Parts: sequence; structure tokens; C-alpha cells
Amino acid sequence: MATDIGFGSLLITLIVSIYGLGAAVYGEKEKKKAWILSAKQAMRLVFPLLTISIISLLYLLLTDKFEVVYVQEVSSRSMPDYLKITALWGGQSGSLLFWSWLLAGFTSAVTLRKWDRDQDFLPWVIVVSLATLAFFVLLNTFFENPFIRYWETSEGIARAFSRPLGGVPIFPSDGRGLNPLLRHPGMIIHPPMQYLGFVAFIVPYAYAMASLITGRTDDRWIQLSRRWTLWAWLFLSLGLVLGARWAYDVLGWGGYWGWDPVEISALMPWLSGTAFLHTVLIQERRGMFKQLTMVLIILTFNLVIFGTFLTRSGLLSSVHSFTQSTIGPIFLAFISLILIVSLWLLNKRWNILKSRQVVTSYFSKEALIIISVVLFLGILVTSFWGVIFPKISELVTGQKVTVGPPFYERVAAPILGGLLIIMAICPLAVWGYASFKHLGRLLWKPFILSIVGIVLPLYAGMTHWPAVVAFWLVAFVLAVNAIEFFRRTKLRRKKHIGSLWESVVHVFNKNRRAYSAMIIHIAVVLMALGIIGIEFFQTETQGTLPEGGELGLGSYKMVFEKLDVFDTDGGRNVARAVVSVERDGQIIDVLYPRRDYFYDSGQPMTIPGVRSTLVDDFYVILVDWKAITAESATFKVYHNPLVKWMWIGAWIFIFGVVLATWPDKKIKPFPVRS
Amino acid sequence: MIKQPKRILTLLTSVLILVALFPGSAVAQGSDPTDDDVNAIAKQLYCPVCENIPLDACGTTACEQWRGIIRDKLREGWTEDQIKAYFVDQYGDRVLAEPPRSGFNWVVYIVPLLVFVGGIILLYFAFQRWRTAEPEESSRKGVKRAADSRNSTDEYISRVEEELRKRSKG
Repeated sequence: MATDIGFGSLLITLIVSIYGLGAAVYGEKEKKKAWILSAKQAMRLVFPLLTISIISLLYLLLTDKFEVVYVQEVSSRSMPDYLKITALWGGQSGSLLFWSWLLAGFTSAVTLRKWDRDQDFLPWVIVVSLATLAFFVLLNTFFENPFIRYWETSEGIARAFSRPLGGVPIFPSDGRGLNPLLRHPGMIIHPPMQYLGFVAFIVPYAYAMASLITGRTDDRWIQLSRRWTLWAWLFLSLGLVLGARWAYDVLGWGGYWGWDPVEISALMPWLSGTAFLHTVLIQERRGMFKQLTMVLIILTFNLVIFGTFLTRSGLLSSVHSFTQSTIGPIFLAFISLILIVSLWLLNKRWNILKSRQVVTSYFSKEALIIISVVLFLGILVTSFWGVIFPKISELVTGQKVTVGPPFYERVAAPILGGLLIIMAICPLAVWGYASFKHLGRLLWKPFILSIVGIVLPLYAGMTHWPAVVAFWLVAFVLAVNAIEFFRRTKLRRKKHIGSLWESVVHVFNKNRRAYSAMIIHIAVVLMALGIIGIEFFQTETQGTLPEGGELGLGSYKMVFEKLDVFDTDGGRNVARAVVSVERDGQIIDVLYPRRDYFYDSGQPMTIPGVRSTLVDDFYVILVDWKAITAESATFKVYHNPLVKWMWIGAWIFIFGVVLATWPDKKIKPFPVRS
Repeated sequence: MIKQPKRILTLLTSVLILVALFPGSAVAQGSDPTDDDVNAIAKQLYCPVCENIPLDACGTTACEQWRGIIRDKLREGWTEDQIKAYFVDQYGDRVLAEPPRSGFNWVVYIVPLLVFVGGIILLYFAFQRWRTAEPEESSRKGVKRAADSRNSTDEYISRVEEELRKRSKG
């Protein structure tokens, strides 16, 4: 019954989407407003409709209906309810439905705003959103249906939605259970955030397309989509950070980023999206680079779809990929279609998008931002090429190759350095014309302050020069931002009497966007500290120890106290070691690295024991253990300096973006005397 | 039938001769490689089964065997390069973290570089063109604007706010 409701609702969504699409085009062509309004209602309806499908699937998961293929593949009786909910996005078809549902959420939400001033955009926003939604729902309906069930037929077990000829329904007693790697808090929220970030880009993209189609290429589409873009960007960033955290906590390789193709496919839209956010800024302030802004939003949306394609087509093998699937070619066709149509439209409007303003100085804000955009695109091109090269190589030479971390790091590290420099200079640069002399006058103070960033590491005995440069850059960015904010506050206090706090709040509120950006940039710099820590200073060692055995790493020493092996609820067998961490002969912590083995799926999960401080992380993995009689175990230990700043920076980052997107106070209408 | 034992005999004698010839290396091989020695090499290799997970971090049985092979080779006195070459021989270039710099593989290194350098050159020429397009007028205007935006925006806005407040009261 629930399968019927779920699938029925899915089918209706498909029909409604296609209807809305057609109605919008027809209404626009024939100038019949009623049709456009009807299309708008259709678009509003897709979210509630898909919600019914989602609730049906959740019901099937929570009530252990293992006769449904999807439920049998990703759930099991022993799983707690919250994991059964997580299983919604634990497999191909379910997560695709979840994706469509989120997309529908954004699509429906867009209809809720007042369209008075922007009636001309409406039909085209509907067309773009519903076409995309229809594509995903189509995949769910015909290729990756989460509601199909098992049937016993004369030719064996069949998977179908409706009863095959002579088929008898089968009711498996239990399911295979969720992939253990997904049974982690980080993993429970990482995919929804990532998906939200991906799908939310539909809104700015739809507006951009509407602006190209209607030829209304002023900044209106940017104003309308600014908050949506920021939210999309926030979710995408959160998705990346949570994914990194999950990798750090569960994958057991001591790091959080491995340049895995699927990680990269999530990074790519983030890179182009970040570049887009920055050119938008120039377009708003100076009316320039409209063409580039368009190119970037088209690129971002295409990369979103491309990333989804990479993960779901079975083209790549990675910790993330879903099983081999038939949807690859259809996906590729869809990507080609949106790319061709977008570029055709862009080409049509290319000349109107030209701006009369020009960049007049290398040190103006717009010039610096454009350089940073080129740097972002530099990482993007390298990433894209690195991801697809193995396939190209296989096609051309028949030889498979791996493009691993060293390839990307060689490019990303210097570019990150370059971006830090720009981040340092940019807050002081002005729009329009700026000379180096002018900039230099503002820069010398923070520069002198930032020398601390060189002296301290050198004093601490650091000799690795790229690391020293990186620390200096971090100090420089922090100094520039601190001094600039201080200067503004002082200026305010000169003119107005009030507490320091009031001045700070006033200065902040007056240009909330700029200061939110400042907070975001500081957050990025703190995250850079985490990256520097792990890239330059990570050390590791491994050893097999008897009970009471010791393993030293730097100033730390770990002592293997004991190992317990036991079964727990949720159908897992746990091997848990007790390890004490010593420094200078003192026990400073006790860690419990473990290896969980899941009976239902037959897969293990490694959970490290981590002592995390602002200075460093001591990270212990239980690699292996001998039978209980032997009482010895192999441990791998990592020393990861400064990693915690990655997560601290991430929190500040979120705070900054939320501040930037926070609605402005409504401006009270000015009373007019009659 | 006779051939087989003969071959074994030749093999045995040659092994014995080799061992006799290099007694020094046999002693060096005696020292057991540590896990860290093994991981240092495993880190740079990728097994064909679990793609994109470096060998030192991979938990599968296949990868464990590979690490065993590295350990054995180290024990036999092989160098890091020899061991890597051995795996490349056996399983192809894909075991390396990066495509070796030869033949078609150069493409992977050159293309991003070309695009990036191309982008920079394009940007440079664009800047040049813009600067020479209307240098006089725009830069003069720019200087004024720059000065305005740095020093007087704050005062300007606060004055406007003040004005507005006065009016709303009135």
C-alpha cells in the first residue's frame, strides 16, 4: 500500500512538473497570464507531492518492509530508528528521491515570494526549475525506483513494481543493513547538507537563465537570488566540512581530505560558486564582469549536475560511489543539454552583457577579486582534469592510471597561498582606482604586526620554509582585518559618544555584508591553519604491541593497556582497545580506538581514539589484533598539529554566512507631510 | 622427466653461489623492517581493487597482502624504487599515486598549466587594454572616487542619517 502511494505520488509529480513546464511556455508565448499562474501553482505543488513519496519510503524503512528492494538493501531489523531514517539517503534510488525532494523544496519555495515586480522572470524560472526536477523524478520513476519489490517467478527472483506474470511476493525476514561507514553522526547530516548545497544552486541558475531569456540583464536577477546563493554556498561548505569531519572520524587514514574523485566533485561547484559570489560583488558595485558572472553560474550548476553524475553513474570508484547503474548515459545527455542551451543563450545575450566600465588599476578591489577568481578557477581546472584524466588515459592508451593527492596538492598549495595574500590586501583596496603607493600606506602597519607570524615559528625551531610563509600569511590576513576594523571603530568613536561595544555594533551593522565577509575570511584563514598543520607537520608511526607495550611519537607516548572484544546492540562486534596517552611521564588522557564489525553487512568500521586540543591531535587507530590468547595489537598513531582550527574555522564560517544572509531590518516608510 | 630435476639443481646451485657471493647483504637483510618502513612505501601506492585509497590506509585483505610483499622485499634488501617498480611491473602504472611522467601521461600535467597560464595572459592583456582604453578620464575620476570612498563615506552616511532623523521628527 505504502509503495503504491509513494510511487503514485512520484508519478503525479512527474506529470505535474511536465504540465507546469508546458503551461509556463504556453502562457508566456500566448501572453495568457492564467496559464502562467497555473504553472506557478503546479510548481508549488511538487514539494507536497514528493513529501508524500518521502513519507511513504520512510514508513517502509521504519516498519521493516523488506519485501521492498530498497529497504532490504539498506536497512535491517537491528538498526535503531534514527539509522533507518538515515537509510533514506543510504542507497542510490532512495538518495535520488531525497535529492528530488530537496530540489522540489527549493522549487516550491521560490513560488512563495511576491512576484509583482518580476512577472517577466516567472515563467522562465518555472521552466528551468521544473525541467530539472522532471529530469530527476524521471530517473526515479523509470530507472531508480525505490518502491520496487521482490517477486518469486518461475525464472527466479524478480524485482519489479507491479506483479510479474505468475509472480508471488516474497517477504525476506531481514535486510542487509546500512553500510557501516554511513552509521556515523557526521554521515547522518553530511549528505543532506551536501545535497541542499547542490540543489539550492538551481535558484540562482534559474534566475540567471530567466534573465538571459528575457534579455533583462540588469542586476535584478542577482538581487533576487543573492540570499539563495549564499544559502546554497553555506550548505555546500557545510557539506564539505562535515564530509571532512566524517572522513577524519571514520575512514581511519588520519586525515580529512584525500583528493578522492567524489570529494573533488563536491569541491568543484564550491570553487566556481565561490568565484561566482565574488564576481557578483563586482557586478553589483561596478556593473562589470557581467559575462563572467553568467559563465560562472552556468559552470556552477553544470558542475553540480556533473558531480551528481560522477557519484551515481558508477563511472568512478571511491568511498562514495553508488553501485554500477544504468543512468550514466541519460545523465550525460542531460548535462550536455543544459550546457548547450545555457551557452547558446549566453551567446545570444553576450553583447548586452558587455559593460562600459573598465578595470583601471591592478590594485583596485575589482582587479584583486578577478585575480582571486582566476586562482579559484586554477584549482578548478586542475581538479576537473585530474578527475577525468584516468578515463581519458584509459580511452586513449588503454592504460589505467591513478591521479592522487600529490598531483592536486602541487597546484592547490601555492594557489591557496596566493589567495591568502589577496585576502590580506583586498579589505584595504578600494573600488575603481588605487595605486600601489596608496595601498602600501595602509599595508605597512599590518605587515609589521604580521612579522610575529614569522618570528614565532622560527623561534619555535621551525625550519620548513613553506610552513613559515604559510604562518606569516595567516598572521598577515588576521592583522589586516583586525587593524581595519579597529580603524573604523575608532573613526566612529571620534564622532559619537557611546560605549565601545555600541561603536563596534554600529560599525558592524552599517556595512553588515562587508563585515560578514571579513568574518568569513578570518574563518577561512583559521581553517588554513588546520590545513597547514596536517600538510606540513603530520607525523605517524605504527607498531604491534603486547599488553603494556609502548609506542612513542614525538613528545607523546601511548601505552596499550588492554583489548576487549564484545558484541553490542545493533548487531555489531566491537574490538575496543584501552590506550593511555603519556607526555613527560604523565598520563594525560585515555583513548579507546576501536574496530566495529557489522554482522548484517559483513563490513568493518574503524573508529580512532582522538585526543584533540588547540595545539594538536593525538590520533590512534586500532589496525589489527591477534586472537585473545596472543594479547597483542597493532596500532597506527598520527600526530596532527593544529587540526582543531579546521573545525573552529568552520563554525566561524557558518556564523559569518548566516550573518550575511540574515534579513535586513525593514525600512520604515518615510512619513510624508500632506 | 630428466630435464626437470636438472633445472632445479641448476637453480639451487646458482642460489647457493649467490648467497656465498654476497654474505654481507644477507646480514643486512637480517634486520626486520618496521611497520613505518613498510608504510612509508605503502603510502605511495594504490592497489587496483580499492581505488583511490592509499595502500597504507586500506584495511582490506588484499592490501594487507601487498604490505606483506613490501615487507618481504624490504627484508630481501630491495630499495624503495625497486619495490615500486615491481608493483608497476605486476599491475601497471595505476598503482602509483601519479601517472609517471612519460608519453601520453604528460597531458595530465601540461593541460592545467596551459589553461592556467593562458588565463593569466588573457587577464594581463585585458588589463592592459582596459588601462589604455580611456586612461585619462577614468583614472582621474577614479582617484577622486577612491578618495571619497575611503575617507568620507562614513561621515557622509552618518550625515544623511542625521538629516533623515531630523526630518522624521519634524
